[in-house]
Amino acid sequence: MASKSINITLKIWRQKNKDAKGQMETYTLNNVSTDSSFLEMLDQLNEQLINERKEPVAFDHDCREGICGMCSLYINGRAHGPDRGITTCQLHMRLFNDGDTIYVEPWRSAAFPIVKDLVVDRSSFDRIQQAGGFISVNTSGRTMDANAIPVPKVNADKAFQAAACIGCGACVASCKNGSAMLFVGAKVSQYALLPQGRVEAKERVLNMVRQMDEEGFGNCTNTGACEVECPKGISIENIARMNREFLKASITSEK
Amino acid sequence: MSNSALIKSSIAKKYWMAITGLFLCTFLVGHLLGNLQLILNTGEEGRRAFNEYAYFMGHNIFIKVLSYVTYASIIFHAVDGIMLTIQNKKARPVNYVYTKPSANSSLPSRWMAVLGSLILVFIVTHMANFWWKMKISEEIPLHTYKLKIDEHLGQSPNIDYYYTHVPSVNPIPKDTAQIEEKGTELFLKSSNLKLAEGYRDLHTVVMDFFNPDVNNLALLYLLIYAGSMAVLGFHLWHGFASGFQSLGLNHPKYNQLIKRIGQGFAVIVPLLFALIPILIFIK
Ligand code: HEM
Ligand code: SF4
Ligand code: FES
Repeated sequence: MASKSINITLKIWRQKNKDAKGQMETYTLNNVSTDSSFLEMLDQLNEQLINERKEPVAFDHDCREGICGMCSLYINGRAHGPDRGITTCQLHMRLFNDGDTIYVEPWRSAAFPIVKDLVVDRSSFDRIQQAGGFISVNTSGRTMDANAIPVPKVNADKAFQAAACIGCGACVASCKNGSAMLFVGAKVSQYALLPQGRVEAKERVLNMVRQMDEEGFGNCTNTGACEVECPKGISIENIARMNREFLKASITSEK
Repeated sequence: MSNSALIKSSIAKKYWMAITGLFLCTFLVGHLLGNLQLILNTGEEGRRAFNEYAYFMGHNIFIKVLSYVTYASIIFHAVDGIMLTIQNKKARPVNYVYTKPSANSSLPSRWMAVLGSLILVFIVTHMANFWWKMKISEEIPLHTYKLKIDEHLGQSPNIDYYYTHVPSVNPIPKDTAQIEEKGTELFLKSSNLKLAEGYRDLHTVVMDFFNPDVNNLALLYLLIYAGSMAVLGFHLWHGFASGFQSLGLNHPKYNQLIKRIGQGFAVIVPLLFALIPILIFIK
């Protein structure tokens, strides 16, 4: 596809800090190559702003290849923009047309407070993970080879698919309830499906769900928006698995 | 912890939502089967059969227990649903300036609380119109007494019914010297033996309610009723399968089946409910 240049109008959420009142600002950006990624387009905007001696737009990014989960952005009404199965860093400007107006907003969730402009604090995810998203391995020096424990192929595949979650938060951002069930469901499932994870399965699901609720995420209405917008195609099957795990654990756990 | 988790946690709330919601789905089936008698039998026969059924529903102990479970489910489902919705709103204090939810979710799934609240309004008016008059104010007139005539009066054994309000079909003259009405019961005068209980004429109340010749507002009532059934249909379009997912009943083998059954249920049940007053209206 031949590369071309487009001129666009950007409406971007600007907010000085956590407590400041933010607002949408309008910018015009010309000569954007359709070969550039969405984040490169924002880099271009920031260069323009710096040249104009204005404050550049703060946004999160790191790997820029869809694996780290740092980039975010609610673009034209959708998490990670108007394409499926990709992160914002993988979104390309060829999906936009000359003269388009593009809305860019931060993830909106009580549990993801805005740090600045488009940057949100997703450490609530870290705290959920710390509440149980791990297995305890005693490193005695004679650790068993993981491959020595038989795992059904289906379970291994499903655990792997669940583990593909990069913790980006698009599920929370696109859920009308700001629910984190897809993220937590994926994290619970990736262990629940494997023998190593069964050991602490009960405490894990109870603790992670308790932490999820404490962080102020909403409840799940099963709209399925999360699985549509998830860049890694995590299925809501994982939410159902977590619900089963949770029921079993609440009834039978010692605590 | 386990106890509080089963009540307070977000997932437990959804479990209760699903259990009560799916229970109410079974209630709808039972209610519908009862209502269908309004159109399946006609004439005096139909009236008697329906009133007898209504009497049974009000007096059978098993049905009574079930009805209290139903009241509790409706209240719990509504309160829990509204609490969840309030919490969900709080989870996103600042809304997006531009959002496009139609790209990733169905309309009914996003409007469950509004649809549910409309159903609640309907349930309240519906109960005021029929349930209240039947059970609380008892203003619905008696229609039928059912008694075994041969046993107590020594009359023709093939006649079972004593009609108090339809003189033309009265098998026994009302002024039978042997019989006495007290409240809703019928006694044998001589011995004070209770012969039968009166059945209220709910059938006529319902028929008149949607009959444009009798009720000036029948068309309005019909539209409200049919509209509410459409709302119920949308609620169930998402709700039925959603309840299974909430309970953790998700399996690639059955997901599609559950979804289809749910959508079929969401169309057929409200449609049959709405068909009944439509048929009464157009006769
Ligand atoms: C006969 C009447 C009703 C039936 C059969 C019914 C059925 C259902 C079912 C099966 C669900 C799905 C549960 C789940 O996702 O786990 C549901 C959800 C819901 N219902 Fe009802 N419902 C009825 C009446 C009501 C009423 C009166 C309200 C009052 C507000 C209500 C509010 C809700 C809400 C808010 C949800 C979504 C909860 C959520 O997932 O966030 N429903 N209903
Ligand atoms: S489940 Fe998907 S959308 Fe949610 S955090 Fe993980 S990768 Fe992102
Ligand atoms: S920057 Fe790493 S996933 Fe987008």
